[in-house]
Amino acid sequence: MKATVWGCRGSLPSPGPEKDKYGGNTSCVQIEHNDTCLVLDGGSGIQRLGAALGTNYKEVHILLTHLHIDHTMGLGFFLPLYNPNLEIHIWGPATTIESLTQRLRRYFSPPLFPVRLSELPSEPVIHEISNSEFTIGSLKINSSYVCHPGPTLAYRISDGQSDIAYMPDHEVSLGSSNFPNEPEWTSGFNIANGVDLLFHDSQYKTEEYASRVGWGHSSIGDSVNFARMCKVKNLQLFHHDPMHTDDSLDALIDEYKAENMTPFKMEMCAEGSVFIL
Amino acid sequence: MPQQPIELILARQFADSMNMAAFLVDSTGNLLFYNEAAEDILGIRFAETGSMPVESWSSIFTPSDENGNPIPPEDLPLVQTLQTQQPAHKSIYIDNKKNKRVPITITAIPIEGRPNRYLGAMALFWKSKKS
Repeated sequence: MKATVWGCRGSLPSPGPEKDKYGGNTSCVQIEHNDTCLVLDGGSGIQRLGAALGTNYKEVHILLTHLHIDHTMGLGFFLPLYNPNLEIHIWGPATTIESLTQRLRRYFSPPLFPVRLSELPSEPVIHEISNSEFTIGSLKINSSYVCHPGPTLAYRISDGQSDIAYMPDHEVSLGSSNFPNEPEWTSGFNIANGVDLLFHDSQYKTEEYASRVGWGHSSIGDSVNFARMCKVKNLQLFHHDPMHTDDSLDALIDEYKAENMTPFKMEMCAEGSVFIL
Repeated sequence: MPQQPIELILARQFADSMNMAAFLVDSTGNLLFYNEAAEDILGIRFAETGSMPVESWSSIFTPSDENGNPIPPEDLPLVQTLQTQQPAHKSIYIDNKKNKRVPITITAIPIEGRPNRYLGAMALFWKSKKS
């Protein structure tokens, strides 16, 4: 599998010279394996992915974790949606009342966007999923609801040799008084357990999280503890706060590494990173 | 052990945060958790009982009516909720593990996750004012 990061900023695109190293585009990760192409989330990073996709694939599968705007804002600018020769599938979380198609129509309609969902030349196929297991091409996907406001999924993707977990928005410590000591009672454990590569929400510094409990995101310390519990091999700290500059992110991880030993690779995820598994 | 569904994780955390007694079971009736307030009423800590099947917890606390007649498991609100997936409510007595007879009022509710996933039930209960 090949994973390419097209956006790892949280909440709001925030480009600028002070963010060149880690990037300003919001969540989007591409997974490629043989002739299968997955796109994890449709944040602003999906625009560059669409321009770079070329003609390698006959179908593209967009897997949305949830429909918060920073994870969907790039969809309308994803060029493959305007290619009638491409087969596009959009997968996303089911809710109690409103269908995924209806919720996507809110974005693809005036005044938010000039082109309606029904007018997209690729005529995307919409799939609602919940705690699900399914196959796309040569990849096995597991999805599971995790702790974040509104229906939000995390994904585990396996090619039979390696596993990737994608959990960009996840408040991992909220559901357990005894975190990180009870895997059975930890949101997302099944998705991340033993994976080779984990993209995990780490929006806040520890001191910032204290005043933002319930907002749906994790501190770096909680992300690392979760990765340690799950025995992952590589933790990519993801969904950087739009207020955090390259310098502050570097200082944060340097400080954390100086005080904590981790038995796995750990980095601040950077836009443009490529992982071969 | 596999991870519980997020709805039950949050239900347990909700129960753990409350000052009112709460008792959480999965869809087959296995006891998952009860909180400190419930420990006080039941007379035994959750750490001492651990998880147990419905056949055990529905009789271990010896439920009875106001005349001391035993209440069969199928008439307990939480068991009814497990069977019907509907709320249930009742006032009963229990003989707790500290040999105290405690009047309690129970409200049991089903826990349903989206989309239409039945996951278990929670009973909230209070010491009744009559004694």
